Amino acid sequence: MTYWQLNLLILFILLSIWFLVSFGFGIIWSENLDQIKFGGFKLGFWFAQQGSIYFFVIIIFIYIFLMNKLDKKFYSDHQEKDKDKD
Amino acid sequence: MSLQALTYLFVGLSFAIYIAIAIWSRARSTNDFYIAGKEVNPVANGMATAADWMSAASFISMAGLIAFLGKDGSVYLMGWTGGYVLLALLLAPYLRKFGKYTVPDFIGTRYYSKAARLVAIICLIFISFTYVAGQMRGVGIVFSRFLEVDINVGVVIGMLIVFFYAVLGGMKGITYTQVAQYCVLIFAYLVPAIFISILVTNNPIPQLGFGDQISGTSTYLLDRLDQISEELGFTAYTENSKTNIDIFFITAALMFGTAGLPHVIVRFFTVPKVSDARKSAGYALIFIALLYTTAPAVSAFAKMNFIDSVQEVEYESAPNWFKNWEDIGLIAWKDKNEDGVIDYYPGNALKGVKPKYTNERGKYNERVVLNDIDSSNLNEVYIDNDIMVLANPEIAKLPNWVIALVAAGALAAALSTAAGLLLVISASISHDLLKKMVMPKITEKQELFFARCSAAIAIFIAGLFGIYPPGFVAQVVAFAFGLAASTIFPVLFMGIFYKRLNKQGAIAGMLSGLISTSSYIIYFKFISPDLNNSNNWLFGISPEGFGFLGMIINFTIALIVSNFYSKPPNEIYQMIDNIRKP
Repeated sequence: MTYWQLNLLILFILLSIWFLVSFGFGIIWSENLDQIKFGGFKLGFWFAQQGSIYFFVIIIFIYIFLMNKLDKKFYSDHQEKDKDKD
Repeated sequence: MSLQALTYLFVGLSFAIYIAIAIWSRARSTNDFYIAGKEVNPVANGMATAADWMSAASFISMAGLIAFLGKDGSVYLMGWTGGYVLLALLLAPYLRKFGKYTVPDFIGTRYYSKAARLVAIICLIFISFTYVAGQMRGVGIVFSRFLEVDINVGVVIGMLIVFFYAVLGGMKGITYTQVAQYCVLIFAYLVPAIFISILVTNNPIPQLGFGDQISGTSTYLLDRLDQISEELGFTAYTENSKTNIDIFFITAALMFGTAGLPHVIVRFFTVPKVSDARKSAGYALIFIALLYTTAPAVSAFAKMNFIDSVQEVEYESAPNWFKNWEDIGLIAWKDKNEDGVIDYYPGNALKGVKPKYTNERGKYNERVVLNDIDSSNLNEVYIDNDIMVLANPEIAKLPNWVIALVAAGALAAALSTAAGLLLVISASISHDLLKKMVMPKITEKQELFFARCSAAIAIFIAGLFGIYPPGFVAQVVAFAFGLAASTIFPVLFMGIFYKRLNKQGAIAGMLSGLISTSSYIIYFKFISPDLNNSNNWLFGISPEGFGFLGMIINFTIALIVSNFYSKPPNEIYQMIDNIRKP
């Protein structure tokens, strides 16, 4: 697979998780998850007001990690690839 | 030291730091002025982005809003953080690689069209001014409550400070002051939150205290909140009262709107490398999450404390903060059943919602309001959402220095966001409008001069908004996010991920998003506000959530129109290939 195809694959997987933890657990299935309680939190409520945000942070850092690996694999020979031409 | 002296000390000290930083980081070129010379460290940029993003609304209003909305308030928590995932994954690295100064710059170049650039400039200026108006109101409130100066004097002081570091330092000055402002604001937010968390639940971490037992009992805080809310006739705190479809659309509109906000996007132009842009988005979200995961805890504590200290208390023995905020005009009490006791229930206490005060005092020395009583409910208290965070330390009886700290933090939040917005406005005028469209022949030095002039003018207009606040600030926030989601986000996204999109498609898409979203919002917010309820909404989507539908309309129209016209020129294909490489 090319760099761009792998990039799109990473985006697809990570955005699916993004959708699941916020729109899925926080909204669509939130009331179902509310049946489960840990401590004082109902699980659906926790995802809506806390959990989804923690997952967002984790998702971005996984993305950074994977993309840095991908960059290295395909573009390691160019060090200052990004120097601006303007 | 008295509260006022402490507040002057904290606010004065923080302002002195901002000015010192501004002098140290003066801008010398347009590159410095627009994008801080592309040499900002990604962690520092993350902090600056967080300060830029967290406005007076996040700091002052959000926790209060959530306290009153309960679980429905999640739309703000998820919406205003989830957008960073989109930004980090779909936009920031590519736009950084593109390597120019502004968002209209990208749109104008990618769609090889001055018309597209112009539409983008108009949307950007509208979105940014909408936002600035809210910041200035925040500055005014803090000054009038804590420093006891006239609101107008407060706004002028705020404008002078922003003028100083934005006009002098441009993006470079703003970036480094925002780093300092982030530190002030997060400290000011966390300290009272930790105090209150210990007070209520004995747990020093608000995020955990939120789900803990009320100290000295075995009842969970959230269970207790559900119980008292239901007893008083509200929806249970941990349950939704809006429909799922509406919550879905509002959250989506806020997320995609966040990703499309020009003053946030432009922050990622300031780092040295593409990988730094990604990293920077990650750090920004950590710094933002620190406040955003604390906010719902603060909401829950505040709601508890508020009900406990006000409900069925005789007005004459009500706590001092209640009367202080009544004097400022953010609380009103109308004794409907004439028993001298404060009754707090669902519904609006007054007809027309906002109190119209007179100079007279009533039987219990309360401020007399002119509004007719809304006799459809028993509620006697009008309370503005904004006071929850500001009054929280007073409600919880925290020491004076904490209250003074909150004042400095609220000002840091408002000023940092205002500065970021003003810079985006000035760059789009001097760079996109003047340099790229009206008078391309100006030199860099002249452009820098015009950039400083337009920053100064923008600050002046923002100051006027603060002194003569338009009555519709709250309504237009929906507008800013709706427009960012329905106009800017789709063309940026397709500009990177769909090469075939040509200028006709992009312009048609932006215009259809702009027109559909603004007409829906204007209709329900301004033309017939009395029809603004779920019976009349399209698919049950409120005006706040319509931006997401506008975005879908934009995508659809753009793809259809694009197919009727020829492909973009070859150099555009090459440009896109280039920005897709790291």
